[in-house]
Amino acid sequence: MLTKKLTSSLSAIAVGTSLLLSNIAFAGGVEFEASGNIALEQRYFFEEALYPEQLDHSQTSLSVEPELYWQWNNGDDSIIFTPFYRVDSHDKQRTHGDIRELAYIHASDDWELRLGIRKEFWGVTEFQHLVDVINQTDGVEDFDGEDKLGQQMVNLSMVNDWGIVDVFLLPGFRERTYAGEEGRLRGPFVVDEDNVNYESSAGQQHLDLALRWAHSIGDYDLGAYWFHGTNREAYLTPSSQDTLQPTLQQYYSQMDQLGVDVQATLGDWLWKFEGIHRSTTLEDFWATQAGFEYSFVGVFESNIDLGLLMEHSWDSRGEVALGAQGSLMQNDLFVGARLAFNDMQSSELLMGFGSDLDHNAFSFLIEANRRFGDNFIVTFDVRLLQSNDENDLLYTLSNDDHAQLSAAWYF
Amino acid sequence: MLTKKILMSAVLALSSLSLMAVSSNSFALSAEEQKGLDISLESKKRDLGWQDSTADMLMLLRNKQGQESTREIKMKSLEVLNDGDKSLTIFNKPRDVKGTAFLSFSHPVEADDQWLFLPALKRVKRISSRNKSGPFMGSEFAFEDLSSFEVEKYTYKYLGVDELNGVTNFKVEQYPVDENSGYTRRVVWIDTKEYLAHKIDFYDRKDSLLKTLTFSDYKQYLSKHWRADNQEMINHQNGKSTELKWANYNFKTGLSDSDFNRNSLKRAR
Repeated sequence: MLTKKLTSSLSAIAVGTSLLLSNIAFAGGVEFEASGNIALEQRYFFEEALYPEQLDHSQTSLSVEPELYWQWNNGDDSIIFTPFYRVDSHDKQRTHGDIRELAYIHASDDWELRLGIRKEFWGVTEFQHLVDVINQTDGVEDFDGEDKLGQQMVNLSMVNDWGIVDVFLLPGFRERTYAGEEGRLRGPFVVDEDNVNYESSAGQQHLDLALRWAHSIGDYDLGAYWFHGTNREAYLTPSSQDTLQPTLQQYYSQMDQLGVDVQATLGDWLWKFEGIHRSTTLEDFWATQAGFEYSFVGVFESNIDLGLLMEHSWDSRGEVALGAQGSLMQNDLFVGARLAFNDMQSSELLMGFGSDLDHNAFSFLIEANRRFGDNFIVTFDVRLLQSNDENDLLYTLSNDDHAQLSAAWYF
Repeated sequence: MLTKKILMSAVLALSSLSLMAVSSNSFALSAEEQKGLDISLESKKRDLGWQDSTADMLMLLRNKQGQESTREIKMKSLEVLNDGDKSLTIFNKPRDVKGTAFLSFSHPVEADDQWLFLPALKRVKRISSRNKSGPFMGSEFAFEDLSSFEVEKYTYKYLGVDELNGVTNFKVEQYPVDENSGYTRRVVWIDTKEYLAHKIDFYDRKDSLLKTLTFSDYKQYLSKHWRADNQEMINHQNGKSTELKWANYNFKTGLSDSDFNRNSLKRAR
């Protein structure tokens, strides 16, 4: 596992270095910057664990993410290196490292070449990132799925009057990370990281492709893409190898996906839409995420801004039984409120409520953060998950309500 | 080179034509309104032709108790003739927002186009530009105080001359056209020699004095463009203040449209 990761990162370094050498005509010298953050996180689960191996209440972890950056030719050439490591008190799978970024970027007037391990985000909505497909989710990191693993790529980006076109060649696939035996926020069966199958005979070495167009026309921001390659979402099936303590095996199919994202920025209203069509050898389906965000500036005659959000998720596969393939967000409604205090400490409060309209299940979250001094950010989260339907994935997590406090030092 | 010059002067001629169009449109103005507008037109005209600029900004926020907080920001701007300017604002401090960048295409009358890049998620977000009156980074500067001055954003009234630190100034009242502005009016002191703003009083929506901005340490660049190295905003209502210290001003650095798009936003440093 580790050696595999190492070889792929090493090959990326080798390509980067050879490009560097061919480009060694430095004008004005190299500028170097180091920054990053170290964060201590404490989770507390309100209830006892549902499954015997799981940790009971308290989970502590420490993460480090430095960022090293070099630039020359007035910033037209640059290298960025962002390693990441987390140590967790209980979950062995959550104790993990990753190279978030190790990339060389060359910028010209109307094109850019980006080479190496990078992160690329697509999309406009807040409660689900449906069209975001380039990077694999670092699932053990957090519950929201917003943390991503670095992806090896060659990305050529071309700026035209009619929009920006990005071509991606993605060699080397990253498997999703899942909570381990002792970890909370997982179903009854642990996902086996060593039992992985691929549809493609090339396995993890399949060369994925993506082509994206993005453009802003007046108040509208538009994006559309085609992705061809390994599905980032694994099909999980109980392994027959060990019937006493069953685990889930991962199967990564090939997929073709078309995606569209649109945002209309009309005064105080942001209207958002994301849609995908995914086609694999096992299924074809459509899914959408659509909604709006409305902001009130300076509520209660103060400097506080209030944003109201509402989004709906839909998936053509409909309701799915636990263990079957499909999306948790097949007909779900999300509402949220964001308060930005606009003070010296950049205090913010976000509240969200999600509800499954097909059956009785809901999730509730609060996220508050504030700066202390110049370099500390303290974040407090509460997540409550409830479901009365035994067939729902949320049901298997219904003992996992928790609060999380984290303090991060930025340097 | 020569063609560039010809092109430039043609562009300048065109833009002064459009300025004339603005002034001739205003035939129904009173003498005070006309003079107020003329002073602002002259002030804007004298600074035309800077093409592009880069500068570093240090923002010092002070509360009533004298506690300080610092923001370190880099600005890149592109002059756009016959429309509002383009700007790229890059944050370096506080450290937690390092790498965050803000791209703005300002327009004289229509809403500005604005995008924000969030480095943690690598996400580019189009944001609403309706929030003009809100504080910028928790400071006493509102977003509208930092956007480029466009003549069409206000209507005017000349109030007379006034001495300020031994310098003769025109006193001009400006009324924001945009209903989302946090002000009913601004009173601006503009010197009679170089047509530079030296002081601005801001009146809130209830028309009481809210803030005073003072410009100092003006320096001239390329024998034409004046920029104040120091700007201090004092909020009279909450006792807080914010000081802006500008450094490393550079003009005509060769920036172009291609330095102000989504791609340049994502790699801005």
